[in-house]
Amino acid sequence: MSTPAPVPDAEALLLRLAERMRAAVAFDAAFVGIYSGGAWLAERLGAMIPGNHPVGFIDVSFYRDDYSTTGLKSNSRRTELPFDVNGATIVLIDDVLYTGRSVRAAINELFDFGRPAAIELAVLVDRGGRELPYEPTYCGERLTVATDLSIVLSRDGEALRLAAEPVVR
Amino acid sequence: MKIAITDGRLVDHAGKLDRVETLYVAAGHIVAFGNAPDGWHANRVIDAKGLVVVAGLVDLAARLREPGFEYKATLESELHAAVAGGVTSLACPPDTDPPLDEPGLVEMLKFRARSHHQAHVYPVGALTVGLQGTTLTEMGALSDAGCVAFSHADVPLLDTQLLRRAMQYAATFGYRVWLRPSDAHLSRGGVAHDGEVATRLGLPGIPAAAETIALATILTLARETGVRLHVARLSAAGSVAMIRAAKADGMALTCDVAVHHLHLCDVDIGWFDANAHLVPPLRTTRDRAALRAGVADGTIDAICSDHAPVDDDGKQVPFGEAEPGATGLELLLPLTLKWAAEEKVPLPVALSRITSVPAAILGIDAGALTVGRQADICIFDPDSWWTVERSALKSQGKNTPFLGLQVPGRVYATLVAGQVVHGG
Amino acid sequence: MSSAGPPQGAAPSGGAARSAVWGGAASAMRNPQLDAHGALTHLLTLEGLPADVITGILDTAEPFVSIAEREVKKVPLLRGKAVFNLFFENSTRTRTTFEIAAKRLSADVINLNIGASSTSKGETLLDTVDNLVAMDADIFVVRHAQSGAPHLIAQHLNAHGRSHVHVVNAGDGRHAHPTQGLLDLYTIRHYKRDFRNLTVGVVGDVLHSRVARSLIHGLTTLGTPEVRAIGPKTLLPAQVEALGVRVFHDMREGLRGCDAVVMLRLQNERMKGALLPSAGEYFKHYGLTEEKLAMAKPDVIVMHPGPMNRGVEIDSAVADGARSVILPQVTFGIAVRMAVMSIIAANG
Repeated sequence: MSTPAPVPDAEALLLRLAERMRAAVAFDAAFVGIYSGGAWLAERLGAMIPGNHPVGFIDVSFYRDDYSTTGLKSNSRRTELPFDVNGATIVLIDDVLYTGRSVRAAINELFDFGRPAAIELAVLVDRGGRELPYEPTYCGERLTVATDLSIVLSRDGEALRLAAEPVVR
Repeated sequence: MKIAITDGRLVDHAGKLDRVETLYVAAGHIVAFGNAPDGWHANRVIDAKGLVVVAGLVDLAARLREPGFEYKATLESELHAAVAGGVTSLACPPDTDPPLDEPGLVEMLKFRARSHHQAHVYPVGALTVGLQGTTLTEMGALSDAGCVAFSHADVPLLDTQLLRRAMQYAATFGYRVWLRPSDAHLSRGGVAHDGEVATRLGLPGIPAAAETIALATILTLARETGVRLHVARLSAAGSVAMIRAAKADGMALTCDVAVHHLHLCDVDIGWFDANAHLVPPLRTTRDRAALRAGVADGTIDAICSDHAPVDDDGKQVPFGEAEPGATGLELLLPLTLKWAAEEKVPLPVALSRITSVPAAILGIDAGALTVGRQADICIFDPDSWWTVERSALKSQGKNTPFLGLQVPGRVYATLVAGQVVHGG
Repeated sequence: MSSAGPPQGAAPSGGAARSAVWGGAASAMRNPQLDAHGALTHLLTLEGLPADVITGILDTAEPFVSIAEREVKKVPLLRGKAVFNLFFENSTRTRTTFEIAAKRLSADVINLNIGASSTSKGETLLDTVDNLVAMDADIFVVRHAQSGAPHLIAQHLNAHGRSHVHVVNAGDGRHAHPTQGLLDLYTIRHYKRDFRNLTVGVVGDVLHSRVARSLIHGLTTLGTPEVRAIGPKTLLPAQVEALGVRVFHDMREGLRGCDAVVMLRLQNERMKGALLPSAGEYFKHYGLTEEKLAMAKPDVIVMHPGPMNRGVEIDSAVADGARSVILPQVTFGIAVRMAVMSIIAANG
């Protein structure tokens, strides 16, 4: 087991991500954050990026592909999308992009609400290890992380923090 | 066949016998204790060291399911089960199909039972034709055919006028009448004791009053008519109290309890275990305590098995739809021993409840170890525990709420009329 | 397991010598609803379920409520799974809500109204179940007139190593209607939040009611300090207090200070069985009217499992009034059933 490596400062990455998005994102794109890290990011980005950006939150528990092995976790939250998904440009936001399965689940769920015009992906950290063909449109930073570690975003009051923790089996 | 049963603990409460001694059997009878008769030469020796030797058990209620219910059990399987359980004489209730209301049926049953050379069968005749509750049976003819008593099995006798007349008629000739107290209306639709457990399980209940009200009726009429009464299968504390009072008052009557009711209560239905669906139902812990005390102090005279083999199809259905009853011939002895140990009743007294006392109730010459008596004998190991499981039971009915549990008392050998019919 | 459950299952509980020699058959004593990890694999009754299992179901139901507001009212959780509605007792309402719930989980639903068919051909309950298992059933939703039928099925499945097949009790005799109990709990929690402060009155034919029994078990498990059973003696089961309720025969007194009132349906048969003289007399003593409801707290909620007999157990003014949450109960019912099916389908 490797010792937890120093991880970048979450607030700094958020600023970098916002800068990249500010330059390219559609004026009226909706920001949809995947609970819970993505949701916090979506809230912050909605305030940081000028334009008309409705902020929504998506819970992917019911669309995950590991339901039959891990079961249903009872702490699901409600998906809230305060805009019409039909014809919308959506930026899907998550804290850490890893295998890509959460992104697949989120996209499947979005399509059950309607037919978006386009979906882009914004992540704070891309740690590689993809098992599905998704790449971020906007990325805070690429990191190489040992497989026995998990990158976790947490919130302390208003401040966001990144940490590397051993994977809990 | 000359058989010596050596060094067993011979127990016969009525005969004040409780000592380790050898017992000698010849020509189907008990011929001596202790010292061999002159010129004795045994054909067979049964070493009963460490074992108890008692008269073959007498069971007041064992359904053999013939005629009519052969898919549940047959004479062959059940008589086999009886001797495996140490039972050498048993009374079978009249609720066969057709019911035992005609001499021909009774004779046929006795004949067929005899041909198996296992336990002795004493049929109890139906009190009314077809158990329909409207016309009296020919008790005289049935008596001659071999009926030892008359009962109405588990069929409710609604007409009190008829009940009174049946008792008067029986009393005229001295016939015995056995009745299970159960008020038809109060027990209608019920499948479990009407109490906390039935409430929680949502099962329609049979209140204890269904038994005590019927018992009051039976006792009143019996007192008036002077019939020789035996009350069958008590289940409620209130009933025990009524019997105690009646006996204290000088009334001559006997009664029995099914051995299951000495051990189980309504809680043992558990998760709707259809094997615990019995008639009368298992009642509360208080009722059970009263029954146990009742047998200990003699208010309740005999313990019986109330043997009722039911095929799997009859039990593997929802509780309320299941056929009531439990297989019991092979559990009569172990469960009696267990009750006795727990209630600290001396072994000879306990064994009398399943030997000499029921024999007297039946009016047969059995249940005792005396020189000259027919050699119906049960030899068992009181300290050997065994697990109740399907493969261990000889009865065709594997329906018992004791499945998977361990019981004390393994029958080593059973003799009927001086022949070893089981074990040895 | 709560202490209200059967103590030792199949073990005779007798005498001073209840010693180790009565051992054996331990597996018969374990709660048949829970798998080896203590997770819910069948839902047979609320009685004896750990409080956190019940709360977990309510929590899981919450997000399912909002699925009704989506354009595509489905999530793919049970895609590829087959849910068989085995209704031995007719009920269009309950069957329909289970069907909707299963379909919203993307499951395949097959409805079997067994009442008429198999049993009349002499096929036993368990034979029917075995045949359906052979047709790859994943979940059986069972309604039966006999108490204990779903338990029999679950025990049969457990005994034959079919741990991937699950049973949901949709109502068995008088015994239990756990999904109704859960949706009633959900409703109360939705409007009142904390069970530990509440007085809840259950009014009517408790004797014959599986709805009442399930709700009472749920409320007591979640710590409701006062649960009241209100009705005439003929409609209250033996020793009902042992379920943890306080009995009232006077409805006004029973309603005094209640936070929630649950009205039970009165069936016509009760008049025939000499339990009650007439519907009119019943309504006079135990029918819910505005006047009687005034005894309860001002913000009391009125519930009914449906279908209602207006003018018998409940007055139209109350049923359609501001305090009634009878319609939301139906919505919550679908979400709760979705939660139950998605939880059990993953366990076993």
